[in-house]
Amino acid sequence: MSAQLERNPLGRWVWTDARGMRHEQVVVVRAYPVTAPEQGVGIMDAEGHELAWFDRLDQVAQPLQALLREAVAEREFLPEIQRLLDVSSLVTPSFWTVQTDRGQARFMLKGEEDIRRLTGKTLIVSDVDGVQYLIRDPLALDKHSRKLLDRFM
Amino acid sequence: MPKAKKNWQIWELPHDARLLLSDHAGVGSLELVGGGVRLAVWRFTLGLQASAARMAAQLERQMAQRSADGRPMQMALGGAVCPVCQAPLEEGAEECTRCGREDLTPPSTWTLLKLWRFGRPYRNQLLLGFALTLASTAATLVPPYMTMPLMDEVLIPYQNGKPIDPSLVALYLGGLLGAALLAWVLGWAKTYILALVSERIGADLRTTTYRHLLSLSLEYFGGRRTGDLIARIGNETDRINIFLSLHLLDFATDVLMILMTAVILFTINPTLAVITLLPLPFIGWLIHVVRDRLRTGFEKIDRVWAEVTNVLADTIPGIRVVKAFAQEEREGQRFADANRHNLNVNDRLNRVWSLFAPTVALMTEIGLLVVWGFGIWLVAHDSITVGVLTAFLAYIGRFYTRLDSMSRIVSHTQKAASGAKRIFDILDHVSSVPEPAQPVALPARVTGRITVREAGFRYGNRAVIRNLDLEIAPGEMIGLVGHSGSGKSTLVNLICRFYDVSEGVIELDGVDIRQLRIADFRRQIGLVLQEPFLFFGTIADNIAYGKPDATREEIIAAARAAHAHEFILRMPQGYDSLVGERGQGLSGGERQRISIARALLINPRILILDEATSAVDTETEKEIQKALDNLVRGRTTIAIAHRLSTLRKADRLVVMDKGVVVEEGNHDQLMAQEGAYWRLYQAQQRQAEAEGAVLGGLLEEVKA
Repeated sequence: MSAQLERNPLGRWVWTDARGMRHEQVVVVRAYPVTAPEQGVGIMDAEGHELAWFDRLDQVAQPLQALLREAVAEREFLPEIQRLLDVSSLVTPSFWTVQTDRGQARFMLKGEEDIRRLTGKTLIVSDVDGVQYLIRDPLALDKHSRKLLDRFM
Repeated sequence: MPKAKKNWQIWELPHDARLLLSDHAGVGSLELVGGGVRLAVWRFTLGLQASAARMAAQLERQMAQRSADGRPMQMALGGAVCPVCQAPLEEGAEECTRCGREDLTPPSTWTLLKLWRFGRPYRNQLLLGFALTLASTAATLVPPYMTMPLMDEVLIPYQNGKPIDPSLVALYLGGLLGAALLAWVLGWAKTYILALVSERIGADLRTTTYRHLLSLSLEYFGGRRTGDLIARIGNETDRINIFLSLHLLDFATDVLMILMTAVILFTINPTLAVITLLPLPFIGWLIHVVRDRLRTGFEKIDRVWAEVTNVLADTIPGIRVVKAFAQEEREGQRFADANRHNLNVNDRLNRVWSLFAPTVALMTEIGLLVVWGFGIWLVAHDSITVGVLTAFLAYIGRFYTRLDSMSRIVSHTQKAASGAKRIFDILDHVSSVPEPAQPVALPARVTGRITVREAGFRYGNRAVIRNLDLEIAPGEMIGLVGHSGSGKSTLVNLICRFYDVSEGVIELDGVDIRQLRIADFRRQIGLVLQEPFLFFGTIADNIAYGKPDATREEIIAAARAAHAHEFILRMPQGYDSLVGERGQGLSGGERQRISIARALLINPRILILDEATSAVDTETEKEIQKALDNLVRGRTTIAIAHRLSTLRKADRLVVMDKGVVVEEGNHDQLMAQEGAYWRLYQAQQRQAEAEGAVLGGLLEEVKA
């Protein structure tokens, strides 16, 4: 019997491994959600123990791959800032209005130290509630956004 | 000791003559005993410890030799000896690494010349900058010269009834404007170029100093305070930078201006020129007097400033302790004290300093007065025209203001010189763990055999390791056991070559580790410390710290082996989560497992576990222990553990006490001996039982 990922009636994910063991309430996680989203995906049980591991997401057979992507997308929330529309003030705390890949958002930035540099060019902006926003490449933003961002860096 | 007459004493050595060596609180004693009595005793400072030890050893050898064939043995000392502390010099080393102390002389302005080393790469730009300075200074000297014909050919004739010639006026005014514009352009170019260069010199200086600092041994860092080092690299280089880009440039301009002005004045009228330049030597003398006062003062300010920074550097990382013991008030007071000290030193200096500028101003006024007086007298005797006097006065106005700003260079030079000295203190410090002159290459496959032979190490004035011998076979795991202060950690530091042994050798696969390139050698070592240090960055970066080119798969494999994979995946950004300062909080056990993964990834031949599990609870310890078991497999391992139970897997236990090995063997053998290990074990058993009882009681209370 082959392994299988499915949704139970409550909407939770259930993983049935190759030996037919059913694991309720599993989560699918990426090892490198920012730097290499296609590489390394694991399925973990409710206690956080690893049940399955896939080295490359894009090489997982369908329909499992689609299900894994769905599960990952459901859990992960890391909106990517595409444009800074407006900031309420140039000194923190400051309200930012941004255009992200998940739509427009408004959040409060508590201090400059909440903008952190991840490996390479990527920046992570944490708002006052702990939601994290990604800026993949500050130089790729438009001029207005860069100018605003520059005042905080 | 009076030098005039050597006070020789002769003893007939009994057959059991020995020299006994001991030290306490920085004073060593050398006792000559034999035949059941003490024949003599000498005291010495610990700088002579090594020589005294060698003397004792020599006597011992000599006695052994004598009892064999009855003749004293002559032993030649091989190698060079440091002229200061008599310690044998390492081969190829020019300076003694033991007594190479920091130079305590006040900084001389000449220290600044050492900066030329950093200026060399930019010499073309510097030359261009100098040429521009010359030209722009010359341009600024044109306008006062123009006042002479303006006065003599336009204004005075007009007063005498001749009409003004507009074309002549236009010519002179045009010349004035042209000179001003030229001076403006040239001044801009020179300032820009020289500022650009000096900024680069400053950056080079900072980078070089930091690189050098990183190459120094732990001994250097142990003896210095973080705040002081940070201040040196940050503030001092900045100060030197500003000095080069602003003050030195101004000074050079001033000197040029004075020289050129002097030449012009002499060509116009030598007599008046002499009078005008008369106050110059006085001001020069004044500068010289103040210079000496200020020099020591500014060095003191630097030290006090470092003290202020130190208070911060001490307190902020230790803020939990400060708060836990409610010592905010005291720490605040400590800072205020340091600050007040800063004020006091500054006040004292400012007293001298504040007198300086007004005195120069006064001299300027007096100088002007003299020129006026003498000039009027000369005009009255028709020796010079009114135009010449006006030109002189115009020059002099600039001239003396220049002198005033020049006098300011004194303090800036002193500041920069003391900064340069503090920078070069670092740069000139030779690492006490030097790179070998002719490094021996490690074989491609290192087996990991470690041999410690007759090793000795002194920490400040305390002998921490004495005459220690230890042989560790490839792949063997040994446990170092002993009370704290018995020298376990020091031994490990010596094996890692964070310090060098004072005596004896440590070998890896039969090669003295001092003959290996430090980076090559350290690559063979994986170190897991009690307090794992995570750098600010992602988890993946932290695991790959020792091997930056590791692939993502390798990082995951290492984390899995270190039992860190699962908790990492549980974090919101997995391996991309930020940790370290300002980063996501990790528990002690989690940090430790990340540091184990770090050690695993570089796949070292030698593994050192320095109290790797002592900072965590028993449950976490089990997790870490599992991770460690993966790490230890097939590697030469030295484990230090306070809890003896964690050393069950060790092939051999080495018990240390006061810097020497007292027992060796496995658990059962050592228990059977009922020696030092047995006592340690018993003590821990009792403590564990007592703790268990207390803990049990607590748990019951919680339940109830």
